[in-house]
Amino acid sequence: MTLTQHDIDREIAAEHAAYEKRLADGAPVEHQPRRDYAPYRSSVLRHPKQPPISIDVSKDPELVELHSPAFGERDITEIDNDLTRQHNGEPIGERITVEGRLLDRDGRPLRGQLVEIWQANSAGRYAHQREQHDAPLDPNFTGVGRTLTDDSGCYRFTTVQPGPYPWRQHVNAWRPAHIHFSIFGSAFTQRLVTQMYFPSDPLFPYDPIIQSVTDDAARQRLVATYDHSLSVPEFSMGYHWDIVLDGPQATWIEEGR
Amino acid sequence: MTKIDTSRPETVLPTPSHTVGPFYGHALPFPGGGDIAPVGHPDTLTLQGYITDGAGTPLPDAFLELWSADPEGNVPQVDGSIRRDPASGGYLGRNGVEFTGWGRIQTDANGHWSARTLRPGARGQSAPYISVCVFARGLLVHLYTRIYLPGDEAALAADPLLNRVPAERRDTLIARKQDDGTYRFDIRLQGEGETVFLEYQ
Repeated sequence: MTLTQHDIDREIAAEHAAYEKRLADGAPVEHQPRRDYAPYRSSVLRHPKQPPISIDVSKDPELVELHSPAFGERDITEIDNDLTRQHNGEPIGERITVEGRLLDRDGRPLRGQLVEIWQANSAGRYAHQREQHDAPLDPNFTGVGRTLTDDSGCYRFTTVQPGPYPWRQHVNAWRPAHIHFSIFGSAFTQRLVTQMYFPSDPLFPYDPIIQSVTDDAARQRLVATYDHSLSVPEFSMGYHWDIVLDGPQATWIEEGR
Repeated sequence: MTKIDTSRPETVLPTPSHTVGPFYGHALPFPGGGDIAPVGHPDTLTLQGYITDGAGTPLPDAFLELWSADPEGNVPQVDGSIRRDPASGGYLGRNGVEFTGWGRIQTDANGHWSARTLRPGARGQSAPYISVCVFARGLLVHLYTRIYLPGDEAALAADPLLNRVPAERRDTLIARKQDDGTYRFDIRLQGEGETVFLEYQ
């Protein structure tokens, strides 16, 4: 039987209603998606059924997971954060600037951490060999970047606005335009891979991946804010997106010194 | 909405995770990602295994990151895992001398992965282990686990985590030495023999 958008819409609504009921019954707010989210079919066989074993990091400050691998100036080049300058010519599309701060749960900036991004081109096609979408590749756009956060925890990328693209989970499935982010914090427990979206995308309600974040406020935290002060005159549109890493870290070490 | 006011702690809430999707392959993996041990190091340890789903099917679209202490039990603080070449814009790779303790390895078309690293030393109360973070298409939030190594049974018996894991699942956290000298560590995301996954609080 062919899976339609209508089928997925109903499943998304049911998951959302189930979450609202859990909240009403006193369950905590869920900032993260559940790994078991059937409207996104690929999750069905790829989530553990056993609960994770919880480790209380305060019982052993020596855990290697409370530290993070180091990245430095050797691991990036000067133009790695400018995806419009990595080829001989200019990529096609609307240039954008994306800037934000990387913070921990206490709102403190995370300095010198690696931020990696990847995205589709302006026509909605990835420069990835397995990508089947019949949209043009752009010889001047790979769609891959990386940077280190600066002394105030800020990152900044120049790129082009990615296009939405179809995928084949169900008939007429489309992903809202997004940029993938991979981020390191000061502890391996803070590792994050996620996606940044653009304001007011009409595809949000139809997309089971963004809807896997069932909490409305948490979902909004994946959507960048248009920021006119970040728009570069006669060059690019500006977006602001702050990132907050979850997970415990070894804060007591600094305080104890 | 996504400009966070750090003077109001109640607004500092975590950014949700998302799947890596299917198209990270030209962005995140890098040459030599699994060659964590310095070149020719006599104590190089080879790890390998498969990542499988709830049907037992290997995942061709997953990657893992390994992170561990050095042989003395110290946390590596050296950068340079993914050294870039400012001349070509490509990768220089590791310098083959320094030990960064971190690697990123994608599964191949058969769902198999391998890495070469150094046996970590013990830290704190734990038996030596390598921390593992698993990412895959279809996995909405990455998964943590640990690779413990066989050999020092007394250290494993005293490990605080291993002691809390139900006996029948404990072996999912301990690599098995193969006849060829490599260590096998399979990751089963779901179902029979499901790997023990961890969360940190």
